Amino acid sequence: MALKIVKGSIDRMFDKNLQDLVRGIRNHKEDEAKYISTCIDEIKQELKQDNIAVKANAVCKLTYLQMLGYDVSWAAFNIVEVMSSSKFTYKRIGYLAASQCFHEGTDVIMLTTNQIRKDLSSPNQYDTGVALTGLSCFVTPDLARDLANDIMTLMSHTKPYIRKKAVLIMYKVFLKYPESLRPAFPRLKEKLEDPDPGVQSAAVNVICELARRNPKNYLSLAPLFFKLMTSSTNNWVLIKIIKLFGALTPLEPRLGKKLIEPLTNLIHSTSAMSLLYECVNTVIAVLISLSSGMPNHSASIQLCVQKLRILIEDSDQNLKYLGLLAMSKILKTHPKSVQSHKDLILQCLDDKDESIRLRALDLLYGMVSKKNLMEIVKKLMLHVDKAEGTTYRDELLTKIIDICSQSNYQYITNFEWYISILVELTRLEGTRHGHLIASQMLDVAIRVKAIRAFAVAQMATLLDNAHLLTGNTQRNGICEVLYAAAWICGEFAEHLEDPMLTLEAMLRPKVATLPGHIQAVYVQNAAKLFATVLQKHEGETDSQAAQETSQLLIDRLPLFVQSANLEVQERASCILQLVKYIQKLQQKNVEVAEEVTALFAGELNPVAPKAQKKVPIPEGLDLDAWINEPPSESESEDEKPKAVFAKEEPKHSRSRHTEVDEKELARRREARKQEQANNPFYIKASPSSQKVYDAPGVEHIPVVQIDLSVPLKVPGMPMSDQYVKLEEERRQKEKADKKKKEKKKKREKRGKGRKGDSGPESEEDITPAHHVDIVTEEMPENALPSDDDDKDPNDPHKALDIDLDKPLADSEKLPVRTHRPEVLKSPAEDRDDNTIPQETKKKSSKDKKEKKKDKEKDRKRSKEDKKKKKKHKDVEEELPESLPEEVVQSEETKEVAVPPTSADVVTVSSSAAAATVDSSSAAAAESEPEELKDTEPDDTKSSKHKKKKQKKEKEEKEKKKKKRHHHHHHHHSDAGAEDSVQNGTVEDEEPLPPMSNYSLLAENSYIKMVCDIQGNHQDESKVVVSVIFENKSDSFLKSMEFNVLDSLNSKLQRPDGAGPHDGLTVPFQLPPGVSNEARFVFSVQSIVMPQKLKGTLTFIVKTDESSTHEKLDFKLHFTCTSYLITTPCYSDAYAKLLESGDLKGSSLRLEGVNMPFHHLLARICFHHHFSVVERIDSCASMYSRSIQGHHVCLLVKSSDQTVSIDAKCDEPSLLGNVLDEIKQTFSKC
Amino acid sequence: MIKAILIFNNHGKPRLSKFYEHYTEDTEQQIIRETFHLVSKRDENVCNFLEGGLLIGGSDNKLIYRHYATLYFVFCVDSSESELGILDLIQVFVETLDKCFENVCELDLIFHMDKVHNILAEMVMGGMVLETNMSEIITQAEAQSKMEKSEICAFLSLCRPLSFSVPDRTGRRRPGLLELQHAPYRPSRT
Repeated sequence: MALKIVKGSIDRMFDKNLQDLVRGIRNHKEDEAKYISTCIDEIKQELKQDNIAVKANAVCKLTYLQMLGYDVSWAAFNIVEVMSSSKFTYKRIGYLAASQCFHEGTDVIMLTTNQIRKDLSSPNQYDTGVALTGLSCFVTPDLARDLANDIMTLMSHTKPYIRKKAVLIMYKVFLKYPESLRPAFPRLKEKLEDPDPGVQSAAVNVICELARRNPKNYLSLAPLFFKLMTSSTNNWVLIKIIKLFGALTPLEPRLGKKLIEPLTNLIHSTSAMSLLYECVNTVIAVLISLSSGMPNHSASIQLCVQKLRILIEDSDQNLKYLGLLAMSKILKTHPKSVQSHKDLILQCLDDKDESIRLRALDLLYGMVSKKNLMEIVKKLMLHVDKAEGTTYRDELLTKIIDICSQSNYQYITNFEWYISILVELTRLEGTRHGHLIASQMLDVAIRVKAIRAFAVAQMATLLDNAHLLTGNTQRNGICEVLYAAAWICGEFAEHLEDPMLTLEAMLRPKVATLPGHIQAVYVQNAAKLFATVLQKHEGETDSQAAQETSQLLIDRLPLFVQSANLEVQERASCILQLVKYIQKLQQKNVEVAEEVTALFAGELNPVAPKAQKKVPIPEGLDLDAWINEPPSESESEDEKPKAVFAKEEPKHSRSRHTEVDEKELARRREARKQEQANNPFYIKASPSSQKVYDAPGVEHIPVVQIDLSVPLKVPGMPMSDQYVKLEEERRQKEKADKKKKEKKKKREKRGKGRKGDSGPESEEDITPAHHVDIVTEEMPENALPSDDDDKDPNDPHKALDIDLDKPLADSEKLPVRTHRPEVLKSPAEDRDDNTIPQETKKKSSKDKKEKKKDKEKDRKRSKEDKKKKKKHKDVEEELPESLPEEVVQSEETKEVAVPPTSADVVTVSSSAAAATVDSSSAAAAESEPEELKDTEPDDTKSSKHKKKKQKKEKEEKEKKKKKRHHHHHHHHSDAGAEDSVQNGTVEDEEPLPPMSNYSLLAENSYIKMVCDIQGNHQDESKVVVSVIFENKSDSFLKSMEFNVLDSLNSKLQRPDGAGPHDGLTVPFQLPPGVSNEARFVFSVQSIVMPQKLKGTLTFIVKTDESSTHEKLDFKLHFTCTSYLITTPCYSDAYAKLLESGDLKGSSLRLEGVNMPFHHLLARICFHHHFSVVERIDSCASMYSRSIQGHHVCLLVKSSDQTVSIDAKCDEPSLLGNVLDEIKQTFSKC
Repeated sequence: MIKAILIFNNHGKPRLSKFYEHYTEDTEQQIIRETFHLVSKRDENVCNFLEGGLLIGGSDNKLIYRHYATLYFVFCVDSSESELGILDLIQVFVETLDKCFENVCELDLIFHMDKVHNILAEMVMGGMVLETNMSEIITQAEAQSKMEKSEICAFLSLCRPLSFSVPDRTGRRRPGLLELQHAPYRPSRT
């Protein structure tokens, strides 16, 4: 009946699989969103079905929808369900969906830990593979911590397929759980020499990723990599290694010397371009690191450049691109060798491919010299004209400015040329870089005194013409230039030929359409011009003209007083009042010019952005001391100066502030010296005032930092585009102007030695004779503290970097114990010993540091070192053994419990069971004897392992437990029934059991069987028994036949046609030491009672000489628990279920349960297939469902070692049995 | 590290997206759109590298792509990957798809996104190159398909198989991806 319903629903639901969905979407192009939303509704229905196949199908469709941008996180729970299907098909669908949409914030991820662990240890390599792949995408710190050990075990798996995945995923684990790096590293290193090339490649991959972030920690691996490089033939591996060397050489020049030869050989021999390219790259890195002499140094450079030229000349654009990229690296240290290929690079500027042009531009930046600057810029200007698309043109523009302004205008010999270039650039339509041009204009005009006259003339023209052209565009980036122009004209007005004309130009009504900050500068500088004009007129005693000027301002300024921009308004009204006042004075024939000029008196000097920081704190000044004792509410007071700082630092146009300062200072300097130190407005004055302390004579010298690679910025300006271009006419006129002025200047002003500069061609000016020395100009001002480490504060390291740093720093300095609880001293030391000897050879300097830091530890270590030498093997055995303990330590604090024992066993198995073992349980079993050997001596004669002493205190407890544990084992093995740790001990001994449900089924000297019984998700009457067979003998086991005596209630599913008593053939044979898993399906009628089935395994033991029939009897125990299926349940559904009243209650009390609550829950979840619905403090509700749909609800409360469980279920006898089983589980603790 | 692998067609429709770092669905779509924008306006005969995958993690990153018939295969990688190596990897990927789907074309990718994911998972894991040997990739992928098939036949003969029904291939006459591919460019093969 129920089956029918399921079938019916399958028919209905399977109407739409992924293909149908895709097809549907394609057929609904018009109303795709609507169609998809109905599909999502269907999917929601499907997800409510019990049938896992339906769910998997739904999840598969969701994965597709996720790609289309639909959020499917709501189905996370269902994805987990599908992931936990026992069928590979569905499992894979589940993991794929999880890998696409799970992330650290997904809360259901924490439910997956055990499932993933189970999959990782699955005997089916593809289950493991799929789990690893999925995990690599959504691993969280918690998962990483909980699973690190399992994954580490997999690194020694027999199958290379698993090994390589496990190795690769370790990188992700390291990132999320940095503490695992050190424990796992020895094994990772081991994998560098794995026989399987895939595994090797994976290990190289991981180490390269790690080393890239922290190269110095991996220097010790250099010899190993060197060996690999000379022996490997796998280009992928070679490329990685060679790239890694590129990162290592800067740290170890000696390595570089060794590398040159093999790399050169590779360059000559390889036919693979990718390898060749990486070799060249690394050789370049080596040469850079060796910057000083090496015999065949230049030969290698020559070789590289040659090869790169071949790449660049190749018709393949990719090679061309990479060639240019590598070339730019050489450029930094060996510019000469690159410069000889200038032709080739200029040629690339014409390439149709933008990426290549950009690369070529980068190169040009480094190739510039005084000689060729103008030529190169001229070429670039041509490209600017030709360029299509603003992006590339803007890129050109910034490059031109970068090239010219680099290292303090080092290569510019003629600043008039540069100014005209800048002016020419203003003609660019729609550029975003108006502010860049503006800041260059300001910078040059301020720094290069000799150029001011020329600059002012150019700017005046610009202002004059700009006015004609601004009208129709509101947003134009280029108008930023006017900001600079206005300021330059105002500030250096004494150089203006006709200040009145410029003044008029600046007060035109059209100016009001400019952005506010520019208007503000206009207004302020109009005032400056006004002062200049006044002075001029008064000098000529032309009071009429002077008054006309005042009138002009009074007429025009009201326009700005009405401005919406506050600053414009404020400045305008202030100046308006001033002018009105002046006008009054003028009418009384008072001479005012001098006083007005005094408003703007004072020399301006550039101030480096970091100047303030550079000011030394004078002796005796404590900046943290209160100047006035703080009032009770000091904050408000405190806040104010801070706000001022904040406002100030983002650099307003410096000029304005400085100017005001100058003036005020002139009046009140003496009185205010103390305050100045704290007032940030005194950018310029404060250094000088402080300077007074040591050199009273140089009061006025401001601080200037010469580092100008960062050009003066004018920030906070809104960006706009589109500026009406200057017409052709204007261009000619401008040129003519320029010519005239240049000639004039040449004639009038100092001859200045511009020998070859023929005025008419200022742009094409090639002769570098014009010498404007900015350095000497600013040097004296730089007298104050020099720069030290400006770049440090702004290095944005990725979170990833930091993560990795931690453990590695540890490995260097050995303060390991901090993140590992005290208990773990010895393991840590162990490892250090292992890694350090190599390092000491390599970098003794570092070791010295270490030694200083932990002398004590060193002593211990040296003792141990001796021991080490004696018994090398011991170390290796201890090592893996000790690692897991750490993992356990950290796990102890967390929800999922893995006891030291299991961990021990699992890792030891890496060496012991490297042989074959497929599943960890089998591994565990195998390594058992070894563990006994290993630990027993510890108990009896602990002196053997000195380290044990050190951690004795902490370990005492543990040891006791261990002892018990071992006895237990001993006992068992005596009895010939050596328990697998997972089962035997799991449930009865250790406080933190390994979470495995595999229990021993039977065992004899040939074979061991462990099994796990699980309900079948798809079928309400089926139970799947997974049995792991392990061959313990030295012989070959074959023809295994598994048979069970059926009961009325439970029957083994046999193939059609087989008799009810026929055995099932196990579908594999077992070579010695190998284990494998087989699954058997049983049909069950009633599930309310536990039951036992007797069975027999028959098999043939085949040795070289003979073969014998053997058999092994066993008893299969179907607990009620095994009929339960972990089924997640939402709390609202859970509440409804309880309210429904269909459930009958029962309860259970457990006394003396001595374990953390979350361990308790974890146990119930794991061993009894429950899931936690909700947990509040020490109270949790849990849910599970039987394969026949019985709901089982638990309410678990814990207080003082007493646990009470209230349970409800619609089948009382099932509930009773489940509770009994739970009780049994905990009674064994 | 590989940060993301995107496949979309000439119109920017995503055919596969694999991000090795977490982004919200919206961001993912935005990245796909922007990447398409960057890539699609490039000529056929320009280089296959693009800088400034601004959305994915900054200046260290590059977009490396190839255009096959109707599809773009884009890998976003950081500087630890060899550019030419990745180009090679894309080629391996496409050839693998070609083998697995027998003359692969866009339709195969459209209808079998899951299968493409599974094949990709055998090549790249968590952003790192796992396997570059085509025959190994195909062996593993096919072994898993086989397993899937056997499971489905054994347990679910009731239902239509999940992902192995061959979609109607009426549109199948389109040229396969590799048919239109410019001369294979595989510098790292020896």
